[in-house]
Amino acid sequence: MSAQADAVPAANVWRPSQARRRWSGWLFYGLAVVSTLMGLVMLGALLFDIFTDGVREVDWHFLSNYPSRIADNAGLRSALLGSLWMLAFTAIIAFPLGVGAAIYLEEYAPDNWLTRFIQLNIANLAGVPSIVYGLLGLGLFVRWLELGRVVLAGSMTMALLILPLIIVASREAIRAVPDSLREGSYALGATRWQMVRQTVLPSAAGGILTGTILALARAIGETAPLITIGALTYVAFDPNGPLDIFTVLPIQIFNWVSLPQKEFHSLAAGGIVVLLVVLLTANSLAVYLRYRMQRRLQ
Amino acid sequence: MINLRIDAQPADAVATPSENGQTDAILMTRSLNFWYGSAYVLENVNCDVRPREVTAIIGPSGCGKSTFLRCFNRMNELIPTARLEGSVVFRNRDIYDRAVDPVEVRRQVGMVFQKPNPFPKSIYENVAYGPRVNGYKGDMDEIVETSLKRAALWDEVKDDLKKSGLALSGGQQQRLCIARALAVQPDVLLMDEPCSALDPIATTRIEDLIRELREQLTIIIVTHNMQQAARISDRTAFFTVAESGAGVLVEVNDTQKLFTTPTDPRTEAYITGRFG
Ligand SMILES: Nc1ncnc2c1ncn2[C@@H]1O[C@H](COP(=O)(O)OP(=O)(O)O)[C@@H](O)[C@H]1O
Ligand SMILES: [Mg+2]
Repeated sequence: MSAQADAVPAANVWRPSQARRRWSGWLFYGLAVVSTLMGLVMLGALLFDIFTDGVREVDWHFLSNYPSRIADNAGLRSALLGSLWMLAFTAIIAFPLGVGAAIYLEEYAPDNWLTRFIQLNIANLAGVPSIVYGLLGLGLFVRWLELGRVVLAGSMTMALLILPLIIVASREAIRAVPDSLREGSYALGATRWQMVRQTVLPSAAGGILTGTILALARAIGETAPLITIGALTYVAFDPNGPLDIFTVLPIQIFNWVSLPQKEFHSLAAGGIVVLLVVLLTANSLAVYLRYRMQRRLQ
Repeated sequence: MINLRIDAQPADAVATPSENGQTDAILMTRSLNFWYGSAYVLENVNCDVRPREVTAIIGPSGCGKSTFLRCFNRMNELIPTARLEGSVVFRNRDIYDRAVDPVEVRRQVGMVFQKPNPFPKSIYENVAYGPRVNGYKGDMDEIVETSLKRAALWDEVKDDLKKSGLALSGGQQQRLCIARALAVQPDVLLMDEPCSALDPIATTRIEDLIRELREQLTIIIVTHNMQQAARISDRTAFFTVAESGAGVLVEVNDTQKLFTTPTDPRTEAYITGRFG
């Protein structure tokens, strides 16, 4: 080492600037930590604020009473039921359509310009603002199909909204199934549908379910398209089926927030707590399913 | 007795006798040419495969051995760019005839892949898969047991048939794949370098198994290992890459003869290690 260093004149030795590189490395590390913490702190503050305000409100009375002009009597029974009804029909409509489209695109469609055109546009649809879906739903389902402002119209609108999400997630899951399994299935004399049904779908089920649950979670939180199709803000009866008039949690929350009285703001916070609990449950279920299916594949 | 067999159709393709006048081949290719898109991969291959023998396919990597093997069960047509000309005759019938269903061909011509690819299902379900998709309605337990025995895996797994096929060792997985293929009672078994991902002990077990199975069915095995070809095969086909860039069949002969007195200088160069 020293022998070599002596042999070369000091001025010619190339010295990488260790100190500066290490310093910029630390700087970047610091920035990344701060950005992460920012997100966490914001989320924490938000949750803290809502929960301190809202948790007090959440009790059986709150869940089982209809909205009312008197804050003490008000609950979100009809909104919660409306959300659940809408969600159920959204799932019934969007899940088979989305998974079917994904299976077609991944396993059946020839690789030509039409397929690529469809794929590109599905990706585009995922980025369309939700209010646009609301307008489409209003024109198509409420007016043209003359369904009126009922659960089914809301579900169909939401199904349109989350269809691209389900298709994209299901395609990813299907594409993650190794081709060696497809070949193994074909080599045993399976038809294409048998191969899809018995090899691809069981392996992709975890990813497909996860994607669907996350998409449905998005549907629970969406407000704009439902306001557009006119989901009522004051519903003092139980929606009992797809053809009943309804409202949903976020609209009820929005309604309470927009009232001047303080008591209603607390109710809104309570509503948000309920909404968050529903959302977090759905997300945890998705994470759990993904974990279980991954373990099964290994 | 288990019977899944789809009876061979009456001969509607006339079998062309091979050079030495034999027509007892179970499989033969005639003027077989193959392309992936514009890449010419197999050039004019005429090869006969005799029943109840092990035919080894050897040759340098990339000469089209796997492609050739996959012509026998129409596996190549799953690749969109693949194009084939010529004929592959199985039991006097051209399997590329438009009236032939590839699903039926694959039931009769089974395949074992280079990398073991058991389904992410139980051992039992792996073996039952083939009979199920082919509409077998009989005693599934029996077919699973028989197939696992034929693949020399039964003793090792009989107590946990519910265990995932993926929980087995590599060599066991490959024998599971063989059992899975045997469960649909194929007449021919194609094997594409089935031992290349296995350790020497697992390899020996598979080689023993191939020797046993030879009594019951026709085996075509691709191998990059010439010693293996010499150990287990009755006949050997040597492929190489021609001037055109496509793979050609240089010669096919009794394994003994091919390795001791090759007729083509290219074969001699390859087996003496001067090439490839
Ligand atoms: N799916 C494919 N698409 C395009 N080219 C391929 C494909 N599979 C193999 N090839 C090409 O075909 C030639 C023969 O391949 P292969 O049959 O796998 O040879 P081998 O098994 O003898 O190594 C190689 O040049 C390879 O690159
Ligand atoms: Mg190969």
